[in-house]
Amino acid sequence: MILWWQFALLSILKVAVVTVILLTAVAYTVLLERKLVGRIQNRWGPSRVGPFGLLQPLADGIKLFLKEDMIPTGVYKPLYLAAPLIALGCALLSIAVVPFGPSDITWHGAKLFEIADLNIGLLVILGVTSISVYGIALAGWSSNNKYSLLGSLRASAQMISYELALGLSLVGVVLRAQSLSLAEIVKVQSVHGILSWNVFGGGQFLAFFIYLTAAYAETNRAPFDLPEAETELTGGYHTEYSSMKFAMFFMAEYANMITVGCVATLLFLGGWTSPFGDLIPPPQNIIIHAFVPIFWFVAKVFFFLFLYIWVRGTVPRFRYDQLMGYGWKYLVPAAMVNIVGTSLVMAVFP
Amino acid sequence: MHLALFLIFAAFCLAGAINLLLQTHPINSALSLIVVMSSLAVLYLLLGAEFLAAAQIIVYAGAVMVLFTFVVMLLNVGEEEKTHGSKVAKLIGFPAAVVILGVIATIIIEAQKHLGRVALGDQVTTTQDLSRVLFHELLLPFEVTSVLILIAILGAVALARKEGHS
Amino acid sequence: MHVPSSWYLILSALLFTLGVVGFLIKRSLITVFMSIELMLNAVNLSFVTFAHEWHAVKGQIFVFFVMMVAAAEAAVGLAIIIAIFRARGTLNVDQIDLMKL
Repeated sequence: MILWWQFALLSILKVAVVTVILLTAVAYTVLLERKLVGRIQNRWGPSRVGPFGLLQPLADGIKLFLKEDMIPTGVYKPLYLAAPLIALGCALLSIAVVPFGPSDITWHGAKLFEIADLNIGLLVILGVTSISVYGIALAGWSSNNKYSLLGSLRASAQMISYELALGLSLVGVVLRAQSLSLAEIVKVQSVHGILSWNVFGGGQFLAFFIYLTAAYAETNRAPFDLPEAETELTGGYHTEYSSMKFAMFFMAEYANMITVGCVATLLFLGGWTSPFGDLIPPPQNIIIHAFVPIFWFVAKVFFFLFLYIWVRGTVPRFRYDQLMGYGWKYLVPAAMVNIVGTSLVMAVFP
Repeated sequence: MHLALFLIFAAFCLAGAINLLLQTHPINSALSLIVVMSSLAVLYLLLGAEFLAAAQIIVYAGAVMVLFTFVVMLLNVGEEEKTHGSKVAKLIGFPAAVVILGVIATIIIEAQKHLGRVALGDQVTTTQDLSRVLFHELLLPFEVTSVLILIAILGAVALARKEGHS
Repeated sequence: MHVPSSWYLILSALLFTLGVVGFLIKRSLITVFMSIELMLNAVNLSFVTFAHEWHAVKGQIFVFFVMMVAAAEAAVGLAIIIAIFRARGTLNVDQIDLMKL
C-alpha cells in the first residue's frame, strides 16, 4: 500500500499535470471556436499568427496581460476582486473527480487516472456548479453599474433555473449505475462497447438531450447567452472588468465548457471506453493499454466542444422570457418523465 | 490529522458566525454565512455523512444563500442604522447569553464520559444506507415534504407579485 | 488522532448561541433571518454528531428534512421581506414595529 507522503506527492503531481493540460486546452478551445465559427461564416478565422493561426492564444494572452488594469471608482473592492477568482476557481475544481482512464491502472494502490475517486463524485460536480453562480452574481453587483447588475441578475436566475433540469436529468444515469461515483458509472458502460453506452443501450437519449441543453444554459453559451451578448446589456456582468480579471472570466467560461464536455462523456458516452468494446482484444503493451483510453476520452470531449461551437455558430439567441419558460415549463417535466420511465423500465425488466 | 482538520474548520465556522454579527452591511453577513455553511459541510464529511455534506453545499450554500444574496442585491438594502438600544438590555443581555451557553456546555461536558470519539477511519454512511431508510420507513414524511415545498413555491410566488396583476 | 464527540456538540452550542445573539441584536430584517438560518445549521450539526455516535441513519435523515423545511421557509420568508420592503421602504426592525404603515 501507499505511504501518506507518497500519496500526497502523487496527488500534487496529478493536479499539476491536469491543471496545465486544462489551461492549455482552454486557450486552444478559444482558437478552435474562432476558427470554426469563422468557417461556418465562410471566412478563415485567425490564420496569421503562426502556422494555421496556432500561436494566436499566445498573442491573445500577451495582449490581455499587457492591457491597462482599471478599477472604476465606487466599486465594492473586496467582491470586485474576488468574483473572477470564484468563477475561475469553481470552473477548475470539477476536473478533480473526473476519471480519464481505467481505474485498474494504479501505482502502489493509488489510481493514476483520477485525482479523487469519491463516492459522491456526481454530487460534487453539482455542488461546484451551484457555487459558481456566486462569481457572476457578485461580479455584477459589485460593479456599481446598473447594466452589470441587471445582466448578472439575469445570468444568475438563468443558471439556477437550469441547475434543476441538469440535476434531474442525471438521475436516470445514477439509477442505471446504482452509484454516484463517476468511475463506477463508467465501469457500467464498459461492458459491450458502443451498445452499452448510456445514450444508446441505457436508453438515456432524452436525458442526454436535456443535459446538453441545460449545460448550454449553465455555461451561458449560445443560444442562451443573452446575459453576455454585447448588443444587449453592453456586456452584462463583465462590463467593468478589464485585462487580467476579464481574462479570468473568459477562461472560466471555456473551462466550464470543457468540464461539461468531460462530464457528458463520462455519463452518456461511456467515458474512456472504446466503442469497439470486446471486438478488439486489449493490447499487450502496458503503455498502449494505458493510453488508448485517454485517446478515446479526448476524442469524445473534442466532439462535445465541436458540438458546442457548431450550435453557437448556427442557432439564434433565445429571448429572456423564452429562455426561462423553456427551462421551467419544458425541460423540468421532460426530466421527470425520464426519471419515471427509467424507473419503470428498471422495475419491470430487472 | 482529524484534529487539525476539525480545529481549522471549527475556527472558520466561529469566525464566520462572529463576523455575521459584527458586520453592518447585509451582503458581508451573507458571505460570512456562506463560509459557515461550507465549513459545516466539511465537518459533516469528518463525521462520515457524505451525502449530507454534498446536500449542504448544493441546497444551503448553493441555493438558499443565493436567494439571500439576490434579495440583498435586488432591494439594495444599505448599511444597518445604529439603534438607540437601551443600556439595561446590554447589561442583562450579554451575561444572559453567556449563562445560556454555560448551561449547555456544562451539560455536554458532564455527558462527555458517556459519549464516544470521532476518528478518520470511522464508518461512512453511504448514500445507499440513507436512501434505504428514507424510502422504506420514512416514505410518508418524504412525500409530505414535497407537498410542503410545493406550497412554499406557490406562497412565495403569490407574495412577491406586484400589485395590479389579476 | 481522534476528536471527542463533545467538541462537536460544544461547537454546535456556540453557533446556536451566536445565532440567538444575532437574532436579538441585529436591526436589519434580513440579517435577523440569517441568524435564524445559523441556528438551524447549529442544530443540524448536533443531529449529525449523534447520528455518528449511535450509528443511527435516522439522525441524518432528520437533518435532510430540516434542510428541506429551512429551504422552504427561506423562500417564503424572503418573499415576505420583499413585500415588506415594497410596502414600507425600509428593513429596519425598529421602524416596522407597528401594523399601521
